[in-house]
Amino acid sequence: MRTKSERRIFLASVTAAVALGTAATASAMHIMEGYLPVSHCLIWGVICLPFLVLGLMSIRRTVSDHRKSLLLLAMSGAFIFVISSLKIPSVTGSCSHMTGTGLAAILFGPFAVSILGIIVLLFQAILLAHGGLTSLGANTFSMAIAGPIVSFLLYQLGKKLNLNRKVNVFIAAALGDLFTYCVTSIQLAVAYPSATGGVMASAVKFLGVFAPTQLPLAVIEGILTVIIIMGMESYAKPELKEIGFIGEGI
Amino acid sequence: MKSNKTTVIVLLIIVLLIAIVPLFALKGAEFGGSDDAGSQMVAEITGTEYEPWFTPVLETMIGGELPGEVESLLFCLQTGIGVGIIAYGFGYLVARKKYKTTKA
Repeated sequence: MRTKSERRIFLASVTAAVALGTAATASAMHIMEGYLPVSHCLIWGVICLPFLVLGLMSIRRTVSDHRKSLLLLAMSGAFIFVISSLKIPSVTGSCSHMTGTGLAAILFGPFAVSILGIIVLLFQAILLAHGGLTSLGANTFSMAIAGPIVSFLLYQLGKKLNLNRKVNVFIAAALGDLFTYCVTSIQLAVAYPSATGGVMASAVKFLGVFAPTQLPLAVIEGILTVIIIMGMESYAKPELKEIGFIGEGI
Repeated sequence: MKSNKTTVIVLLIIVLLIAIVPLFALKGAEFGGSDDAGSQMVAEITGTEYEPWFTPVLETMIGGELPGEVESLLFCLQTGIGVGIIAYGFGYLVARKKYKTTKA
């Protein structure tokens, strides 16, 4: 599947990640700027590295092998841009926003999303003071890597189980969104273990803040992703076939 | 095709309801960001007000917090870029399908 040089680059990035990861002795949605200890920032950044390399390769392959589907890739990226800029009021009385990464993960696989996601996170971190440059690694991991991988796996599972495609897309996108927040909670908990209960107690606390807010938004994200997919199904059949999203028979 | 359209409309209405109902149901709620709720939680767990060790680059450059209006401008910009690309894409795809039918 992968060319030799690509495999070599990937291996190098993994080695670098492992080496750097062990060397650094460790002492939401988007994690705020300056809220993670320096060591955590570095570790999360290093963990992201192999995924970003895989992402670059995945996008390069899409560009060279499936030129036609480039438009869909751009649209999936734009979808993340739109969705993650909309702050929506939620039942808990606070606002939050969605990730929008499910669509690209379902269409192009989880790794391409890492690149699309980091673009959005950079935009928000630099211009909007939302998230942050120091917490970029941690945020990239939760929003652009962990969430999309869950979306992708759920979608593949649903496909195996012959789930209705719309239902499947909905579940994958919504749960991927929720999972992003779970990862964020754990990242914060690891950085701020509670004095009495340790990391777990702290994780439950953070989840308590994020989960009720995010639940309705995850539903919205699922629905919007389904709508976009429906639109693409009716107007972009050739491209969807090319990237293997729908079978030749349809 | 017709049923597809109905589904989309129903789905959009559900989305709007989920997004708007809390605004009316919880009158007087603050609707702050959940990111801020996160920082409050950090303060609660550590027991002290946490002092971020790094301020956002832009805030350092302009020497203060980003004005609310400018922030919404930038958020709009982000939405605008995204919507523009999606609309271009769908416009292209829809027109292609429309004018290709005669050949097939």
